[in-house]
Amino acid sequence: MGGQIEAIITLLVALIMIVGASFSLLAALGVIRFPDLYTRMHAASKAGTVGSGLLLFAAGLHSLDPAIFARALAAFVFFVLTAPISAHLLAKAAHQAGYRMSRLSVIDQLPQKEEARSL
Amino acid sequence: MTELAILWSILLAQVMLALAMAFALYRIVKGPHAQDRVLGLDALYINAMLMLVAFGVRTANTVYFETALIIALLGFVSSIAFAKFLMRGEIIE
Repeated sequence: MGGQIEAIITLLVALIMIVGASFSLLAALGVIRFPDLYTRMHAASKAGTVGSGLLLFAAGLHSLDPAIFARALAAFVFFVLTAPISAHLLAKAAHQAGYRMSRLSVIDQLPQKEEARSL
Repeated sequence: MTELAILWSILLAQVMLALAMAFALYRIVKGPHAQDRVLGLDALYINAMLMLVAFGVRTANTVYFETALIIALLGFVSSIAFAKFLMRGEIIE
């Protein structure tokens, strides 16, 4: 019975690992393919957080050790806390520096300074 | 059978993460503006950390997890510093 449960956990870890890695790959694909910084950031910070969360969860589960699991969980919580902060700050920096949105985007509701040098 | 499944899935995950790192590197090299390069660096350090976690699962070594935490911490601080530098032109005021 114990062996069976371990086998199930191992298969679950394998599955979660592949799903998490595909999320990370899709995030990086978004970083390449999207037209401007703001959309790229959208892909990187959302899908990247999901991918890293799944992979860290898989790693913590695989060890079957509460100490390692707590570490993986701490890393995940740290990511959830910090990814929006860095994305927000970078987007604000880009907007303040006059980084225009791509022509495909519809509306920019944040007022942009007129004298900002256009990049 | 399960050992084989986990080995192959780790290999697949590592290949995907390596591809993701290559994509982020492409954005760092190509990126039209400095902000794009910082975003690429952000994606690169996250994927590098996940790669280390995958190595940790493969070798069952706990040192990789500490390393992953340190990389996450330093990467966050560095991208904040870069963003602040791009916004104000200086980091410490």
